[in-house]
Amino acid sequence: MAEITAPEDRRRLVTLLSPAYLWLTLAVFLPLSAMLFFSFLTDLPQDAPDWGFTLENYLSFGESEVYATLLWKSLKLGVTVTFFCILIGYPCALVLARTIKGRARETLFLLVILPFWSNSLVRIFSWAIVLRGNGVLERGLEAVLPWDIRLNLMFTTHAVVIGLVHSYLPYVILTSYLALQAIDDDIVDAARSMGASTLTILRRLLLPLSLPGLLAGAVLVFVPVVGSFMEPRILGGRHGTYYGTVIEDQFVAVYNWPLGAALSFVLLAVVLLILGLSTPILRRART
Amino acid sequence: MSSVEVRNITKSFGRARALDDVSITFEDGGFFALLGPSGSGKTTLLRTIAGFSFPDTGTIRIGARNVEAVPVEKRDIGMMFQSYALFPNMSVADNVGFGLRVRRVGAAEERRRVAEALDLVQLGDKGGRMPHQLSGGQRQRVALARAIVTQPKVLLLDEPLSALDKTLRVDMQIELKRIQREVGITTIFVTHDQEEALTLSDRIGILRDGRIVQAGTPREVYDHPNSAFAATFLGEANWLPDAALEGLQLPGDRTRHRFAVRPEALTLTDGRPATGNALSARLEQRVFAGAMATCLVRVDGEPWKLVARDRDLPEMAPGSEVWVSWTPEDTLAVPREAAT
Ligand SMILES: Nc1ncnc2c1ncn2[C@@H]1O[C@H](COP(=O)(O)OP(=O)(O)O)[C@@H](O)[C@H]1O
Ligand SMILES: [Mg+2]
Repeated sequence: MAEITAPEDRRRLVTLLSPAYLWLTLAVFLPLSAMLFFSFLTDLPQDAPDWGFTLENYLSFGESEVYATLLWKSLKLGVTVTFFCILIGYPCALVLARTIKGRARETLFLLVILPFWSNSLVRIFSWAIVLRGNGVLERGLEAVLPWDIRLNLMFTTHAVVIGLVHSYLPYVILTSYLALQAIDDDIVDAARSMGASTLTILRRLLLPLSLPGLLAGAVLVFVPVVGSFMEPRILGGRHGTYYGTVIEDQFVAVYNWPLGAALSFVLLAVVLLILGLSTPILRRART
Repeated sequence: MSSVEVRNITKSFGRARALDDVSITFEDGGFFALLGPSGSGKTTLLRTIAGFSFPDTGTIRIGARNVEAVPVEKRDIGMMFQSYALFPNMSVADNVGFGLRVRRVGAAEERRRVAEALDLVQLGDKGGRMPHQLSGGQRQRVALARAIVTQPKVLLLDEPLSALDKTLRVDMQIELKRIQREVGITTIFVTHDQEEALTLSDRIGILRDGRIVQAGTPREVYDHPNSAFAATFLGEANWLPDAALEGLQLPGDRTRHRFAVRPEALTLTDGRPATGNALSARLEQRVFAGAMATCLVRVDGEPWKLVARDRDLPEMAPGSEVWVSWTPEDTLAVPREAAT
């Protein structure tokens, strides 16, 4: 960011930014502080008049192995989904930003962000229709292939991963696309004039120069996927118990908000820790 | 190092012809400027020679090799871009060494040649810097070092100096000329700046609407333009009005030629000179510019311009009757074009 020198510039900046900060305070920090407050309570004040402060909720994370196991499972899910989003999304962004020109690019771009336009529940149930036994996918394959198909995808971890990858793929494509199309064509031309192959250009120029965008996309996928509960519940069935679904249960089924809030903050802390630890490693990888 | 031979190249974008039957030879070791107004096809010609795009018809030869179907990666050329196009994620040394690493010359050889190339552009101590830590002129030099470090057969430059300010541009022109002489590389330089073309090149080619209008040494083209376009695009020309031709000594046939005189060939006097070609005129304006002065006069209604040493000009007020004269050999005879 550019340095701000003159005081009037700074004043103008504060004026311009204050609505954004006000909104951030109202929409993010107030609810977050309320949750933090809840997480230290024995009961919700409106339910029990004898409520008090306790660390019990945080301690219960360590008391039962279930939470840690599920958190580990959720983190693995986050890694898997992020991996597939990058594996599919980055090449898509590459083709979109570097090889397709003009109108076709705009059309394809709209198709990419189409999942953003549909309601997530609708999207998930559509996948249920496609993946279930004797569903759209199996019938389609049976129509093409001569033998019987039993994929049994529905209510498996695979179904959860497929649903999540589909939901979060646009983030990786969008951020990578923005980073890739910002690279000056002359840079690629210069490398070609020096005899570089497509692979060399990708490895030594496009990938390093678009890495910030790719990482931003990865974070945008990883963080919500670790806490996801809707896709696991609907598509995962018996295998669909994750850390996110347990938290959701505390809020809507068990009605233990303090425990739910405490579990959420443990998740937040773990995710922030992971991001914090990986930053220096990634920074070194860039150069 | 090699000569480059372009034969009957045509290139269209949709229905627009960017290059129309272009043939031109760039001699081994020469410094060639392609000059033309914006949209005349200079970039298209350069990129076709480079191998970024392929001609619809025609042949291109670099050295002994026909390359019109060879992609840029395999043509062994060096190219410098207007935007410098340095790799922002690599140090200066890595930028310069990029082409060498692609060619797998080995680490020691790479280091030696990078140092050599950086010394050549006088940036020997800047190898560890990142591109964003350099000034515009320094980036330019890095781009040049990077383009020649692999010892390509030909160096191509597309208006490389147009992003620099005037003083830096003149410095870079001198520098570029020195380096080109030292390395001896065949160089093709695209510009729309006639002064730059005259300063740098041994030969120039003038492009207009996708055709080479004229090619030759700067002096040939300046002294013997073969079209009104060439005469006005390279230098300035004062056209003799048809009504004023009577009694003048002219180097050609007036039905097939138009005649012109360069501004610096004209002399301004208050009386009619005894010898040479002379026309009466009215002085409109005299612009003092240090040692030189520019006078705007009107000859038979035509605006003319003449440039002379200020001290050689007689003191005269604007509006006074004067004579412009020149030696008959300085008259340019420009073939009339069929269309105009
Ligand atoms: N990629 C392209 N697509 C369509 N038209 C082009 C393209 N490149 C160049 N042209 C056209 O070809 C002509 C020559 O362009 P160019 O070679 O860039 O001229 P110059 O470099 O002399 O300014 C122009 O009329 C331009 O509009
Ligand atoms: Mg151009």
